[in-house]
Amino acid sequence: MNKHEMNKQELNNVHNYSQFKATLSITKASLRSIVRNPSSIIFTLLFPLIFIVVFGFIGSGGSARFDVGFYSTSNNNNQLFHSLITVENFNVVQDLTDGELDSRLEKGEVDAIFKITKNPQGILPEYVLEIKTNKAKPEKSSLIRLITGQVISNFNISLVKEQPPVAVIKQTDVEGRLFKTIDFILPGQLGFSILSAGVFGTAFVFISLRENLVIKRFFATPINRNNIVLGEALSRLIFSISGSVIIIGIGHFLFGFTLVNGFWTFLNMLAVSALGLVVFLGIGFLVSNIAKNINTVPPIANLVTLPQFLLAGTFFSIDVFPSWLQPVSRAMPLTYLNDALRKIAFDGATIFTLPKELLILTVWGVVIYFFAIKFFKWE
Amino acid sequence: MISQKKIIEVKNLVKKYDDLTAVNDISFDVYEGEIFGLLGPNGAGKTTTLEIMETLREQTSGEVLVDGLSVTTQKNQVKKIIGVQLQQSGFYPNLTLFELIKLFAGLYNIETDAMEVLELVGLKEKAKAIYKTLSGGQKQRFAVATTIINKPKIVFLDEPTTGLDPQARRNLWELIQNIRDTGSTVVLTTHYMDEAEKLCDRVGIVDSGKIIQLDTPGNLIDNLLAKGFTREEKLKHASLEDVFIHLTGKDLRDE
Repeated sequence: MNKHEMNKQELNNVHNYSQFKATLSITKASLRSIVRNPSSIIFTLLFPLIFIVVFGFIGSGGSARFDVGFYSTSNNNNQLFHSLITVENFNVVQDLTDGELDSRLEKGEVDAIFKITKNPQGILPEYVLEIKTNKAKPEKSSLIRLITGQVISNFNISLVKEQPPVAVIKQTDVEGRLFKTIDFILPGQLGFSILSAGVFGTAFVFISLRENLVIKRFFATPINRNNIVLGEALSRLIFSISGSVIIIGIGHFLFGFTLVNGFWTFLNMLAVSALGLVVFLGIGFLVSNIAKNINTVPPIANLVTLPQFLLAGTFFSIDVFPSWLQPVSRAMPLTYLNDALRKIAFDGATIFTLPKELLILTVWGVVIYFFAIKFFKWE
Repeated sequence: MISQKKIIEVKNLVKKYDDLTAVNDISFDVYEGEIFGLLGPNGAGKTTTLEIMETLREQTSGEVLVDGLSVTTQKNQVKKIIGVQLQQSGFYPNLTLFELIKLFAGLYNIETDAMEVLELVGLKEKAKAIYKTLSGGQKQRFAVATTIINKPKIVFLDEPTTGLDPQARRNLWELIQNIRDTGSTVVLTTHYMDEAEKLCDRVGIVDSGKIIQLDTPGNLIDNLLAKGFTREEKLKHASLEDVFIHLTGKDLRDE
């Protein structure tokens, strides 16, 4: 019959079924849903931006200024001393005795005390820089450490330059660069945004899709199970990376966030953000799979995110934590995302110069996905 | 009117959960173009049977062929030619009905006029509404709309009218009959006798995981009468529901 033939033809038409097209329709639907959900906007964009504004302004009007001093025993007759005192962020206090310096550091009136020691001829390293900071002011300490770290690495490069050139290093001129508080704050907030988008955005939505049988209804259509998850992951990647673009954009244009190597730095930050998001999506899926119902999502998700939020260097570098706490921080995936983002933003590192951070993040990803797949629940 | 071409063949179907046998050796056929009802009390095994036919559940033993395709080994081909309404399914949050229809069209890889689909189920004016804000009857009609997007050969409806008021039920019956009239076979479950009687061409009565009778509603009643059954009450020529519909009219009340 005619009708029968028509059905046959329809069947042939759907025979060229494309899982990719089906996946994209999930991605499209999911993106629409995310954008219309206020909590995803709040966690991914609003909170990080509020922190950026608050910390950006608290931190002495955008650019960080520190009062630093040198001990009388410091060997100041060298280029390193000169490099340190020319850092724009450092205001060198003078005419104080060592005792006065110490007591002012304790009171918080001085932010750091330096002591340069020169090793005897032939012993390397030639110079040792000791830094004393106030543990009660972790955000300042971590900035000072980062800035001096940069000074030393530039100093090392300039020394190499003085050697007969075996190879010529063309150095990007960063001298006189002003390190701003936002340069330090923004990468941590970006990490936080990615963590919350990955974990909260996924765990809640996925469990509610499961509980409301939305996913089961999808199963009755020809899309493969894995493509449903892929479609969801893709939409979150798009959303979160757009969020990163907005955060970096606002940070750069409104608050003067420094992109050391311009667009290249921006791209590197996005690439690392994407890797971080993929890892944290895995945590989100895992949480949605081990949670019994939607009410058990918040405690589990908070248990995963809150310690990382506090201890993984979101607000200040983990170097300032007490030594017993540091191993805990060093075990957290967010630490490495934050470190990588900060090194890109602060030191001009690239994805090719961060093997340690990216490797550890990847290992975390593998472990997380192993368990997420193992515990995966469709119904 | 109904052809004798088998479009679904269920053979010796068994489904066991741990120590519970939900479906216990069920066999039946569904013919092309009919409205087939699985009738039974809650927990009789209707939904389990239906979900195995829909490829959503694996049977313990036995076989189901849908248009000659095995639900075990040819799942994806089966999914392309069926439409499924689950007993309580929700839909993707924060999307309008229009966007949801487009989503399902994408999942089937077809182009569809979403407005036309919504018009078929009387929800054209609700195209921009969110699923959650719909009334019970509208939700069910929308769930039915998602089953016809791919112009399926068979539509499965699991208790489509449960929880609806009489007007919404009648409206849904009409919709189901329209779907059948456009060439699809309909398989539904219900625990309402009047629904089975008015809507279904044939019904299988399921109890404790078995089909205990299978025939047209008319034959089932005739067989019972032939055994000498009479109602205890004297039969009236109208039911209370007839009174209700007569008084309140057939128009939908859920808007």
